[in-house]
Amino acid sequence: MVSVIWLFFIAVGSLFMIATGNIELLNEEILKGGAGGIKLLTEMLPLLVLWTGIMQIAEDSNLLDLFAKFVRPVLSKLFPSLPKDHPALGYIASNIAANALGLGSAATPFGLKAMECLQKDNPQKDTATEAMVTFLVLNTGGVTIVPTTVIALRLMYQSANPSEIILTSILATLCSNVSGLLFDYYKRRKKK
Amino acid sequence: MNVSNFIVPIFVLFILIYGFKKKVNIYDSFLVGAKDGLLTIFRIAPAVIAMVFATNIFLNSHFLEFIFSYFTPILNAFNIPINVLPMALVRPISGTASLAIMSNIFEVYGPDSFVGRLASNLQGCTDTTIYVLALYFGSIKVTKTKHALSAGLFADAVGIIAAFLITFIFFG
Repeated sequence: MVSVIWLFFIAVGSLFMIATGNIELLNEEILKGGAGGIKLLTEMLPLLVLWTGIMQIAEDSNLLDLFAKFVRPVLSKLFPSLPKDHPALGYIASNIAANALGLGSAATPFGLKAMECLQKDNPQKDTATEAMVTFLVLNTGGVTIVPTTVIALRLMYQSANPSEIILTSILATLCSNVSGLLFDYYKRRKKK
Repeated sequence: MNVSNFIVPIFVLFILIYGFKKKVNIYDSFLVGAKDGLLTIFRIAPAVIAMVFATNIFLNSHFLEFIFSYFTPILNAFNIPINVLPMALVRPISGTASLAIMSNIFEVYGPDSFVGRLASNLQGCTDTTIYVLALYFGSIKVTKTKHALSAGLFADAVGIIAAFLITFIFFG
């Protein structure tokens, strides 16, 4: 599936650049295109390393388990295929919490760790499990409660009330997440 | 003074102090986890480079702008500035690109205009679906992703429509 998107982006972009006479730009994109990814990775690297380090402390001191226990009643309903004490639940909860607070970049390490935990119990390593799909749906929906970046930018552009969009953002994100989860739920039911 | 500025420091301090009190060797734990993070970066690097490469070609070809030029009359009828539509469509592909469009909208129309509020809600209502999918599944080498993409894009579409309607209802 990712192959299709990947091909679509590259093919449509390339053909359109050729059609509009931007062949030099296309050459530049292809020859220097890897740099953008490296730049993103170097921006992620320090943060990811720092957070996985700190979260290892939380894991070793059982703090992550404690947190997972706290949110377990809700999460186990969303992830019926996971046993109640599955280690991934703690990371899933941390990921959602970080996303909810608008700390998107802090959420990524937790999300990657959660996927790693889920992959350990996956009988077919190249195929996504039900829990993975549900987690991705929840994650791509972006459960934002405080959109920190947006508020900061509004403040920067002298908004009279930078945080007036919090409530409306929450409503929009709720619509998006609930519909995503329902879609996922319906698909799972249909298969059984 | 922003309250959210306290969240991260308190979170970090709490974990460190809690671990120390529970007699965890916090420094060694940190090193183990940090090494793990370093390995993760190497594991996700191919997926990130591949995806950024493709999205850059797509976005820089200005194909989206070309498509939108056909929608201008319809949008004008509803008083929706043309800039918001690319933002809505770019949002699932690239977080930085949609942030850039949002800043541009703030600069031109102001954050308290209808478009400014609409853009704010669009940014908040969803995440970069395609990037997250490629990154998370790429990191564990899962290639058969079942209905993850369709569910994610469906949620995005609902979120975008909801953001439009909600902005109309609350600020219209």
